[in-house]
Amino acid sequence: MTLDEFKDGCRSLASDGPALIGAAADLDAWAEARNALVGRGQGRLTALMATLGALPHEARREAGQLANAVKVELERLLEEKRISLSAAAPAAPVLDRTMPARESWRGSLHPVSLVVDEICAIFREFGFTIALGPEAETAWYNFGALNFPADHPAMELHDTLYIEGGGLLRTHTSPVQVRTLQQYPPPIRILAPGNVYRRDFFDSTHSPVFAQIEGLAIDEGISFADLKATLTHFAHQFYGSTRRTRFGPSYFPFTEPSAEMHVEVDLGDGRGLRWIEIMGCGLVHPAVLEAAGVDGEKYTGWAFGMGPARIAQSRHGISDCRILFDSDVRFLDQFAR
Amino acid sequence: MRISHEWLRAFVPHALSPAEVGDLLARHVVSLDGIERLRADLAAIVVARVIESEKIPDTKLTFNKVDDGSGALLAVVCGAPNVSAGTLYPFARAGTMMPDGLKLERRKIRGFVSNGMLCSARELKLGADHEGILRLDVDAPPGTPLLDAMPIGDSVLDLDVLPNRPDLLSHLGVARELAALTGSAVGTPLELQKPSKPPKATRGARAASAKGASVKVEDLAGCPRYVAAVIRGVKVGPSPEWLGRRVESVGGRSINNVVDATNYILHGLGQPVHAFDLAKLAGHAIVVRKAMPGESLVTLDGIPRKLEPWMTVIADGASATALAGVMGGRDSEVTDATTDVLLEVAYFTPRDVRAVRRALGISTDASYRFERGVDGRNTGAVAAQAAGLIVSVAGGTIEAMLDVGSAQRARKAVSLQPARVARLLGARVSATEIRRLLTGIGFAVKPSKGGAYAITAPSWRHDVSRDVDLVEEIARLRGYDLLPDDLKPYRPGTVPDDPLHLAGSRVRDALVAAGLAEVRPMPFTKGDGSPHVRVSNPLAEDEPFLRTSLLDTLARRAEYNLNQHEGNVRLFEVGSAFVPHGAGLPQETLRAAALVMGDRRPPHFTDPKPPKYDAWDAKALAETIARAAFPGCHTTLDPADGEVLWTVRVDGRDAGTVRGVALDAPVWASSAFGVEIALGELSSAPPAAPGAHAYKDPGHDAGARFVQFRPLPTTPAAEFDLALLVRNDLAAAEVERVIRQSSGGLLERLVLFDEFRGAGVPEGMRSIAWRLTFRHPERTLRDKEIDGRRSQLLKTLENILGVVPRTA
Repeated sequence: MTLDEFKDGCRSLASDGPALIGAAADLDAWAEARNALVGRGQGRLTALMATLGALPHEARREAGQLANAVKVELERLLEEKRISLSAAAPAAPVLDRTMPARESWRGSLHPVSLVVDEICAIFREFGFTIALGPEAETAWYNFGALNFPADHPAMELHDTLYIEGGGLLRTHTSPVQVRTLQQYPPPIRILAPGNVYRRDFFDSTHSPVFAQIEGLAIDEGISFADLKATLTHFAHQFYGSTRRTRFGPSYFPFTEPSAEMHVEVDLGDGRGLRWIEIMGCGLVHPAVLEAAGVDGEKYTGWAFGMGPARIAQSRHGISDCRILFDSDVRFLDQFAR
Repeated sequence: MRISHEWLRAFVPHALSPAEVGDLLARHVVSLDGIERLRADLAAIVVARVIESEKIPDTKLTFNKVDDGSGALLAVVCGAPNVSAGTLYPFARAGTMMPDGLKLERRKIRGFVSNGMLCSARELKLGADHEGILRLDVDAPPGTPLLDAMPIGDSVLDLDVLPNRPDLLSHLGVARELAALTGSAVGTPLELQKPSKPPKATRGARAASAKGASVKVEDLAGCPRYVAAVIRGVKVGPSPEWLGRRVESVGGRSINNVVDATNYILHGLGQPVHAFDLAKLAGHAIVVRKAMPGESLVTLDGIPRKLEPWMTVIADGASATALAGVMGGRDSEVTDATTDVLLEVAYFTPRDVRAVRRALGISTDASYRFERGVDGRNTGAVAAQAAGLIVSVAGGTIEAMLDVGSAQRARKAVSLQPARVARLLGARVSATEIRRLLTGIGFAVKPSKGGAYAITAPSWRHDVSRDVDLVEEIARLRGYDLLPDDLKPYRPGTVPDDPLHLAGSRVRDALVAAGLAEVRPMPFTKGDGSPHVRVSNPLAEDEPFLRTSLLDTLARRAEYNLNQHEGNVRLFEVGSAFVPHGAGLPQETLRAAALVMGDRRPPHFTDPKPPKYDAWDAKALAETIARAAFPGCHTTLDPADGEVLWTVRVDGRDAGTVRGVALDAPVWASSAFGVEIALGELSSAPPAAPGAHAYKDPGHDAGARFVQFRPLPTTPAAEFDLALLVRNDLAAAEVERVIRQSSGGLLERLVLFDEFRGAGVPEGMRSIAWRLTFRHPERTLRDKEIDGRRSQLLKTLENILGVVPRTA
């Protein structure tokens, strides 16, 4: 490369450049022109400058000045062109901001699951974990281990669906108590949510399948006072901290003493505050502990059971329970997140 | 159990309102389902004072100004002769529905407007008196509801008596509790206080007879005690008013004095009593025995019953005439013509009564009490009271009392340590208080060794056999509300969260985020001919099976939605499926399933016709579920045949399927696709033998599979696209495999981004395009290198698969 060749390069740039810049019709074309002329990678001026080092030492100064003058001129023209193109560029289309967003489908959890989750979340704060068990159960886990007297009217409270060939569909989640106690040593603090079955006709207030949630706490020195404390705290979390609670007598073969818990609530149905029963509970019967191989003298504990479907119904004003099973998307969508 | 407030007061005098009694019982004794006010038809009647009264000339009528507490004086025309100013009367405002069902209207009488009616006793159905309006001698301001001002309108407490407390199935039983709670004593109601003194009972171990009547008990196991009162000369007729009212207050219907008296004893004292017409008993004999083979009986309800030889019956000298403890027979029923009565008061064995009741499918007030257990040590005394009551309401004389068998044995004492009470309740209860509480409801409390007490339950309580049963009595009588409820520290439990629950929760969250709705349908199905677990006593015979697949349930639910004209259906469930498993319980697995059909996203004005869900969405859902359920595991979706589109494998094991779902669908519905993946087994195998445990080995933490961070690249990537002509019978996966194999270690990413059939692509082929991204960890890749890889790759593809690039 000689100085003359370099000068030729500069001159041809100085003459092509303005034409190229002038021809750019929009900002994209302008950017192309800029890249072609002074772009860092492929720009012609950049390539020319890269050859400066190949010139004889004494020619470099003059060449450099010449190239720089071309560069200044090109950049001035580019900037001018950019400003004129920008001014002429059409404005972005005007948004009618009242038009709707681009949505995606919103999923939902079943209202009964929402209640189950909420109950679990509250008890988790007290160190409870979740245990599961089979819905197809043996008679021993469902009744025998839970101190149901054989052939006794207590069985009338659990009208049972039996499985051909043996076994039954569990009538409550309490079998999970026994299965858990057989597998883990005390202290035990578990919740057992799940479906249970009763031989009930399917109408607006009954269903052969419904959700239940069971709680169990076993350790040395656990008393009815602990049951009251925990369940009262739960009720305050679930229904509101100013709600009054009370306990009355009840009967379950697997708890002794047995109780039911009532909370004074306003269900928003215009009837104002009133007492509703929210769960059955009690101290675990020593016969249950013994059935599960736990020392009933050393360990004591309490248990409760509640019906999340009934809570979901009263909370959302659902008077006919069948809609909980229909799986109607118009119903489910009302609980979308 | 319906308990009349007034009847209860006949046993325990008290001044509590029905609501107060209900509250006491609910806190200490039994659940209260509600309080029903009898005579609710009088709820709108108020006490009113006549302020001025003037005769209307030429009539018997008076024109009155009445203060009904509303603030203004009302004009009322009255036809009664006894209206006087300053006096209180029951008043029905215009618009009130009267007890006879007629609505009182505001009307004009002889030119005078009348805004209501001053009422007579008969108009209020409070008696027959129609001579004039009912003068009220009460101290109540005008406007007070009549029911609050006067002791009329009994209330009924509806108690939910559970199987452990049959003693509460009577007014006496509830009265015992109320007396203990109010510190009073149970008395004998007036109506039971004038017994004709019954003759001394003729006793026998198996048989007894006197005055021409006899009782023989052959089945002492089914009937340990049988007392019969022989009453001659009764006059069957209407009951006295008080007795009819008692029977009606508990929801019964007054029949005649003898039958009503037996019902009084049943609801009042809790002892079922049956009256036979003595004249209709062959040989005036009662034989308690097992039914004969082939024997039958027409019961009171007129239904012929076939008897089994294990059933205990009451027979006369010839044949069975009643089902012991369940129902009497029609042929020996008391009628208006009856003059001589044999009254049965017995103790039947609960299990036997229950067996007969269940076998014949009849439940009566009597069987309900016998199968739960009546007081087994008071039979003789109740028989005397029952016989006395009959004589007092129907006349006649008690000629004989026949008493066969023996009373139930006294109960065994239960030992109770006061320290145990404190330990279980979390509060100290003094020995004095324990004694006071328990003796109050009839328990015998005796000190025994080591500070303990020997405590014996009364004969009417069958639910006390361990010390915890006594602890319950103490707790409830004191009141659960008195126990402390301070939160105390606790030790953490040993049970980890069930991994299946955690997996299920993650799946639910992921599917909700994907826009699906969770459902909780019933797991019953009508089956499809394949092996299913059957419910042996299903309620709905059309769906007697337990499902083997959740997708089957979701398909039915989708059809339900299509019937509601909803074509956009996105449902999922996490639930149990039951697969038949030999002779034992079914094999139960927790599964997650999802079904999608309809629009893939909601329409938007930029995208008015969104595409429908297709197989690729279902494949993605399967990946979503598997990733959520089995984090860190290797999931593959292997192409399958037929209805099943893909088989889901997790770490090499079959976990589920993706499939097209066939629906009974209308023509406008789009195709449905489903995924079903098993999360794990819910084993019903016993963890240990009854009475034993088998604690799980706590084991070691299965090293959590955390993501391992890779340093970010420092060199630029180079990429190119490859559009290849691929035969329809050549799987894209196969082409990909070859591409990966031949691209060397620098291939960073390979994305299949296009498939095209049509112009320029030969028949039987498609063009598939991949984008390949290469990166060298240390330097920039040169164009030459990339071009070299590209041509090498194309050569290999042609050699191995015969695949060539698509030329534009």
